[in-house]
Amino acid sequence: MTTTELTREPEIVTASYDSPTAARLEKIWKTDPGLIGWLTSVDHKEVGKRYLVTAFAFLIIGGIEALIMRLQLARPEQHLLSPDQYNHLFTMHGLTMIFLYALPILSGFSNFLFPLLLGSRDMAFPRLNAFSYWVYLASGIFLYLALMHDRTPDAGWFNYTPYSLRQYDPGQGMDIYALGMVLLGISTTVGSVNFVVTLLQMKAPGMSINRIPVIIWGTLTASVGNLFAVPAVSLAFFMLWTDRNFSTHFFDAAHGGHPLLWQHLFWMFGHPWVYAIVLPAMGIVSDGLPIFCRRPLVGYTLVALSTVLTMFIGFGVWVHHMFATGLPPQSLSFFGASSIVIVIPSGVAVFAWIATIFTGRPVYTTAFLFFAGFIFLFTLGGVSGFMTAAVPVDWQLTDTYFVVAHLHYVLLGINFFPVIAGFYVWFPKFTGRMMNERLGKWNFWVMFIGFNLGFFPMHWLGLTGMPRRVYTYPSGMGWDLPNMITSIGSFLFAIGILLFLINVVISLRRGARAGPNPWDGPTLEWSTPSPPPSFNFVVIPSIATRHPLWEQRIGEGEGGSRLQQGMLLDHGKQTISTSALNGEPQAILRMPEDSWSPLLMTLALAALFTGMLYHWWWFTLAAVVASIIVTIAWLWPRASLGQTAGGHHG
Amino acid sequence: MSRSRALLPAGLWLPAAAALAQVDGPMGYLFTHGPAADPATRLNWGLMAISVAVTVIIAALVLYASLRRRPPLPPADNGWPPPQPDTGGASWIYIGTAISTVVLLGSTIWTILTLSAVAAPHREPSLTLEVTAHQWWWEVRYRGSRKPDVMITANEIHIPVGEPVHIRLESDDVIHSFWVPKLGGKTDVIPGQTNFAWLQADQRGTYRGQCAEFCGSQHAHMALYVVAQDPPAFNAWLEAQKAEAGTPQAPQAVSGHEVFVSHCSVCHTVRGDSAGAAGRLGPDLTHLMSRSTIAAGRLPNNTGSLHGWVANAQAIKPGTRMPRMDLSPEDLHAVVSYLETLK
Amino acid sequence: MAELVGRPGPLPVGSKGHSASGWWGMWLTILTEASLFAYLLFSYAYLGMQSHGGWVPELPRLRIALPNTVLLVASSLVLYWGESGIKKGKKGRLVAALILTLLMGAVFAGLQGLEWHNKTYGPSADAYASTYFITTGFHLAHVLGGLLMLAALLLWAAMGKFDARRHAAVSIGALYWHFVDAVWLAVFTTFYITPYLVSRHG
Repeated sequence: MTTTELTREPEIVTASYDSPTAARLEKIWKTDPGLIGWLTSVDHKEVGKRYLVTAFAFLIIGGIEALIMRLQLARPEQHLLSPDQYNHLFTMHGLTMIFLYALPILSGFSNFLFPLLLGSRDMAFPRLNAFSYWVYLASGIFLYLALMHDRTPDAGWFNYTPYSLRQYDPGQGMDIYALGMVLLGISTTVGSVNFVVTLLQMKAPGMSINRIPVIIWGTLTASVGNLFAVPAVSLAFFMLWTDRNFSTHFFDAAHGGHPLLWQHLFWMFGHPWVYAIVLPAMGIVSDGLPIFCRRPLVGYTLVALSTVLTMFIGFGVWVHHMFATGLPPQSLSFFGASSIVIVIPSGVAVFAWIATIFTGRPVYTTAFLFFAGFIFLFTLGGVSGFMTAAVPVDWQLTDTYFVVAHLHYVLLGINFFPVIAGFYVWFPKFTGRMMNERLGKWNFWVMFIGFNLGFFPMHWLGLTGMPRRVYTYPSGMGWDLPNMITSIGSFLFAIGILLFLINVVISLRRGARAGPNPWDGPTLEWSTPSPPPSFNFVVIPSIATRHPLWEQRIGEGEGGSRLQQGMLLDHGKQTISTSALNGEPQAILRMPEDSWSPLLMTLALAALFTGMLYHWWWFTLAAVVASIIVTIAWLWPRASLGQTAGGHHG
Repeated sequence: MSRSRALLPAGLWLPAAAALAQVDGPMGYLFTHGPAADPATRLNWGLMAISVAVTVIIAALVLYASLRRRPPLPPADNGWPPPQPDTGGASWIYIGTAISTVVLLGSTIWTILTLSAVAAPHREPSLTLEVTAHQWWWEVRYRGSRKPDVMITANEIHIPVGEPVHIRLESDDVIHSFWVPKLGGKTDVIPGQTNFAWLQADQRGTYRGQCAEFCGSQHAHMALYVVAQDPPAFNAWLEAQKAEAGTPQAPQAVSGHEVFVSHCSVCHTVRGDSAGAAGRLGPDLTHLMSRSTIAAGRLPNNTGSLHGWVANAQAIKPGTRMPRMDLSPEDLHAVVSYLETLK
Repeated sequence: MAELVGRPGPLPVGSKGHSASGWWGMWLTILTEASLFAYLLFSYAYLGMQSHGGWVPELPRLRIALPNTVLLVASSLVLYWGESGIKKGKKGRLVAALILTLLMGAVFAGLQGLEWHNKTYGPSADAYASTYFITTGFHLAHVLGGLLMLAALLLWAAMGKFDARRHAAVSIGALYWHFVDAVWLAVFTTFYITPYLVSRHG
């Protein structure tokens, strides 16, 4: 294994997964077993699984918070919860679902699948990948440790100022939320950088930009969006923290600040964020649905373009969260119009999916049911959004349960349902086992009926004037029955989730063994064993079409993709980098070994933020120094990574 | 309700509409009662109709596409029907998007027209009110047009029927939102900024409103009422409200007044009070008994409620600014007797 | 197509030039950090517009800030000179440039600290003060991070880790330093120049 070679012509071989070549690659790539291996692993598949499990755990916690609230709201004027308890719950429910579940679950899918979909052996920055997960976990723990000190935030997940300033909200919960969000923002940011660079650099030879799966378009778009949007909320939370702790005056009207500055910064982030948490999930549908319609997605190019256009327009609609704040009608008209225009690219995707089903041959697996049901939920969520986009109508609808209905239809409908579908599709690839189809059908129907029963009545509650964020309501408003139905439906929906978890557990133990391609799917991940070995591909495949595993049978591409013959790249952990647009090979990349740096960096950052929370300034300074040391060690140029040609230290 | 009824052809739909209007509830806005709300209500119905139609059509298309019969295609050796070429289906996207665009464009135009219809009154308002939102009650001031007199009340606004009323909105603390659904959309009340809203009631009646922006623990209990009266009745009400409170006569009320001065005047004002009770932290109580509810709509205004509220407001509205008073039973009865003289 | 599979010819191994993953990674980092400063400047503009006059307490003095700006821009030029040196294998030039850039950057940071010290108000005086200190503060933090980075690059250059064939870390680090420079131009213009323009037009 030479460490100082600077150029090489890659060896081209033919090899299968049970060849000695494969065994040799396994030795090079695999993580050591045991605790140290677990803590230092930079394997993207491992990171992906951790994201999936952790995000799902937060989903369940957030769901329990919701169920408790629904118990309180099932009947008018109940006293199961005090107003403060309720306010803590609805805040934690919101932040848990939106920040600790919705994006991380999609990062889980993307992390596991990107290199497999792209024909690569790794993500562009494996250590950064592990780091993004550890920081996510640390921020989730940081936010929830507050629970143990009875100091959870309670000003809503959106914490409008001045209510969230110290004068009105003196508890430490807000500071925990503010700092926890800045910490989480680091995870989101580095994760986004990783996805974008992986896409630009790591595609297999021949995989031009118009041959990548739609989930990659979704994640690319979401990641670029996040790079522009996350700083707004990190800044807002940082300003909130300084207003609360150092008497700055960003949001304080008495000293030249303005409460609406918070809302602008928050929603400039918040609106692009909601697209970040649905566009990759829409990509799951665009890639998964065609498998069960036995034909490629209709209108791939239009769907890819509509994905990018949606995010782009999504930066121009944020004021629609602020229609009632007294802004001048001209600016309201602009944002109302942009909020209606953004429906158009979403419509493109809906018609593409329907066309794919119509012109295809549906196979009614559980995944297919989820995809079909998703289209209905997407549409319902979309039209309620369309209604709120109309400014004068929004003046009635905003801050009522109508918006609660809308946001749950879009978030659960467009994120959660595709996620469950995605599990049914890719569980065999993640684990090597099939999920139970019969239980899956029960899972779908209970979830679908429970969801609609739980959330559809909220439209009516909103139209009859029930405001949001209320811990109770008087009887005689016409709200009693719909609230009861909603509460019952939400418990039914929870049972559906339980069925899913049961399916996961029994399938892990006793599910039928899965081969490489149990669904006869078209894309590269289905050419590897289930689960894939540590090195993903024995040889680097080369690609001629969007559907390498279908192309011969559907008459696409001349000459075709090569999956068993390709570059070997076995001089250490290596993979190929290709050009961003055309996928032409440009360099052999050397990938890092498992490393302590990501975990150590996370610990240093966690210490830093803890010090800031408690105003332990020397401790904070020590943590800064520790972070610097770990960073320098992490970035130290190594010949083994091809970062230096030689020198005194190899 | 004549404008809303015009939406639906009479005969078969009339009973349905009347039934719906009942189900609409006190806070519903499917049926509204004034020009600040009605154009938006029509738009709301229109967009709802479009939304329902779109949802039904898409659902039908998905079902049809999923279930329609196709010529049989035997599975291949791997148990799966062989994949088909990437042909056809694009016209779905073009047609669907084109139809959607037309509908969306039409909706946008209708929306902009409606916005200009409801953004401001079309006549000069005859009355301007100042509403100051507090955690968790509404302070209402009427300024006289000729004399610099100010009348202050709380949680209950009276307006003349058929006249646009201008409302200045300010906040004493955090962001609230002023909302009377049957008369108009909501406008946030933001500290450091003065917002404006307008209302007009074309029918006599009492209209309920509620704070619509999360503002703390008792956000759920921050209601208000707008009472629309014929102009003569309104003027009479206004004159009565401007009058100062009289001196209590009955002995219990007199001793209640002393309790009031020592315990309550720190926060509450009674205009014309002999001891000068002029607290500004809580609602003005000069004409307390003229209001139909207390505690921002939390309780009906009767003897029992007054006793309960004065004794222990925290039990009724936990977190409210009014502390538990810990009065002896005699003091409690006395002060409530006094309050009941404030008509 | 036989060309698909390969015979791509000899390929560079490792982090080389603009095909290094870190190069792309740094550009994206710059994108997100630039957004941060955009939002800071937005906050300044928004609060300024909402204040309806009297936002800026006094016209900012350029006595220190203007030469400091020139110094920072010059440091970028010096670093660029060093980077073009290592591209030709001139390690000595790189080391000299890094030392000089480091010094110039440190002086910039020191002068910025002096600017802060000279202000008659602190961050908790009013919203303008808060905005001034947080924006220049974030920039200063980026400068300090840059100085640490330059120091690390200097150490590695002195150790002989960079030559004409492999020096991706230098290019990536230089990119960051130029970014810090560019951001300062935006911050300087906003806080120090626009008050003069606004006051001219009333």
